[in-house]
Amino acid sequence: MTNTSRFAAGPILLGGCLALGMSASTSAGAEELRIGFLAPTTGIFAQVGKDMVDGFQLYLNEHDNKLGGADVKFIVEDTQGKPDTAVTKAKKLVLQDKVHMFIGGLLASTGYALAPVSTSEKTVYIASVPAADDLTQRELEKYPYFIRTGWTSSQPSHPFGQWACDQGYKKIAAIGADYAFGYEVVGGFQRAFEACGGQVIQKIWPPLGTKDFGPYIPTLSPNADAIFSLMVGPMALQFPKQLQASGNQKPVIGGGTSYDEFVLPSMGDEVIGHVSALQYSAAIETPVNEAFVKAYRESFGKVPSYYSETNYTTALMIDGVIAQNNGAFPGAEEFIKQLAAVKVDAPRGPVSIDEMRTPVQNIYIKKVERKKLFGYPDDELWNTVIKTYTDVSQFGQFNKDEFLKTPVYSRDYPPCNSCE
Amino acid sequence: MTGQRIKILAVIAALLAIAVVVPNMNPFLILLATRVLAFSILVMSLDILLGFTGLPSLGQAAYLGVGAYLTAILASRYQFGLGMDFWLVVLLGILSGAALAAVFGLLAIRAAGVYFLMITLALGQCLWGLAYRWNSLTGGDNGINLEVKPVLAGIDLSDDVAFFYLVFLLFSLSLLAMFVLVRSPFGRSLEGIRERELRMKILGYNTWLHKYVAFVIAGGFGGLAGVLWAHTTGIVSPETVILTTSVDALLMAVLGGAGTLVGGVIGAFIVFGLREYLSTVVPWWQYVLGAVYVLTILYLPNGLIGVPAWIRQRRAAQAKRQEAKKLASVPS
Repeated sequence: MTNTSRFAAGPILLGGCLALGMSASTSAGAEELRIGFLAPTTGIFAQVGKDMVDGFQLYLNEHDNKLGGADVKFIVEDTQGKPDTAVTKAKKLVLQDKVHMFIGGLLASTGYALAPVSTSEKTVYIASVPAADDLTQRELEKYPYFIRTGWTSSQPSHPFGQWACDQGYKKIAAIGADYAFGYEVVGGFQRAFEACGGQVIQKIWPPLGTKDFGPYIPTLSPNADAIFSLMVGPMALQFPKQLQASGNQKPVIGGGTSYDEFVLPSMGDEVIGHVSALQYSAAIETPVNEAFVKAYRESFGKVPSYYSETNYTTALMIDGVIAQNNGAFPGAEEFIKQLAAVKVDAPRGPVSIDEMRTPVQNIYIKKVERKKLFGYPDDELWNTVIKTYTDVSQFGQFNKDEFLKTPVYSRDYPPCNSCE
Repeated sequence: MTGQRIKILAVIAALLAIAVVVPNMNPFLILLATRVLAFSILVMSLDILLGFTGLPSLGQAAYLGVGAYLTAILASRYQFGLGMDFWLVVLLGILSGAALAAVFGLLAIRAAGVYFLMITLALGQCLWGLAYRWNSLTGGDNGINLEVKPVLAGIDLSDDVAFFYLVFLLFSLSLLAMFVLVRSPFGRSLEGIRERELRMKILGYNTWLHKYVAFVIAGGFGGLAGVLWAHTTGIVSPETVILTTSVDALLMAVLGGAGTLVGGVIGAFIVFGLREYLSTVVPWWQYVLGAVYVLTILYLPNGLIGVPAWIRQRRAAQAKRQEAKKLASVPS
């Protein structure tokens, strides 16, 4: 295999080789399962990358390094947070390591870069984190070997918009990081909130990585009933502090990454009472999640973030599929088919996958509280679940066909008709 | 004169070795070598400015970006450049890089030294801003995917080896063209400007025009690098034009040895090798990269290409010392 592929002429030939290799492995049965994992382990996203790897590794550690009975060769490659490096590394995993599948990627841009690799190399790509909506919406057909086990950016926003209406908010000012993920989270919220009678009266887009919100906070409209924020990384730490310092009295709600467990331990009391929506909270009080949080914290010394959970759950799902095939990899197409039919009880709750290869799952509306949980001795910040929307698809309360006819959320869509 | 000939022969031998050895390596290494050669064109173009004209540009990624975005937009929107019209895209890439440099040059060439560095940096960032914000054209931070590679007269470039040879060919031609350029009287006068611009002015040279033309030519090669770069990974995103890409190019040129053209290629091989190959082998590759940078700056101010000269010098010094010892030990 190694020798022939060295001289194999190109991806088409290689794809053929790989397919042959895979069918061979089906008959062999006891062959190891080779899993490539792409995460930024150096650079500014290195800590997120560590959470991702740790989540998957925890599942392997708990299961004797086996998934579905097969020994796993788990190969982590560093994307350095750059899409083109991610592509190079994915090709390394496919061409050199002959992996059965590759998993991961962090940013939406990485997801967009990796999906075509799965198509050209005919290898399974499981997007456990990249949330770009269109990968499983308008562009799904281009990527037959692509499947998502994480979420779409706007998935939590759809029920969240409804929730905001239910709180009696009429007018909301939105401030979000200026990139595709930000547009999708804010856009989903706007669509849902305006569908139930609310108005988004302002949309402000500070650049990704903004640390000084001095120019933006004073422009937030005084007529808003609440402020919707979508922050990521260091932005999430700075914005609530500076908002509080400005004397803000309005309720603050936000996208999941504004308060996820990756940033929460570094936050202070300024975020208490803020409400956000996501498919995971470390504070979900179920036995499955409690066991996961405790095991993760014991192994890695910190509370798991959704980056950890989603990769843990991905391992859980692969475990199920490989077990169905008695420890063998069933071939890329069959694997995708079977993975899409999987239903698991994950730390985040029940997860199944829809016909557009993206999870249907609970969305949690969460409020930041300082309290003791799971028997830990200290008062800590937790994302307490205050409402659960069950079985939320990527289209939420909207009709799928009508949804797909509208353009993907962007800076200009939905248009801000109520903007002042 | 013979030393020069030996160097040229060494470069030709190295090129032949690359052409023979690389296609027989594992497919990942072929891909890496292709990336290195494509990026090397950019590094060499920067070397014309940095090494030969004395203009340290921090915005060279802008030309790479123009070429790459042009290729990606034409291919993804208009299916243009996927057949023999690929050569037209190559030409357009060169022209657009040169055109952008012609505009930027008007603003940048007036400055020198650190100010030149800052202006090119700012202009480069303008392009990054455009790539990042002009969503409808560039796809914003998600960038543009090139899903297919061109098919040239029946040769499918999605074959890694075929694509490697194409990049190798264009790389070799670029190297040759730039070599001829820097050896020409024009190239010599650029070196004169690098050494002492005032003297060149007094001698009657229009130094502004010389620098401007060099800047435009470098932009053209940058555009060419961009066209190839877009096809190496099939993704063009703001990361292609971000500041760190310019800095990378600068570091590679300095690491390998500025003012030598091939030095930059060596630098590119080493940096990409450590960053994209060593990182698949060991997790501590960043220390190696750091050590290479530091040691090069400490001991090889002329870059890695100065290694043979450095060895020769040490040998000569040693021989001298031994000679001196011998003389000293001879009883008088």
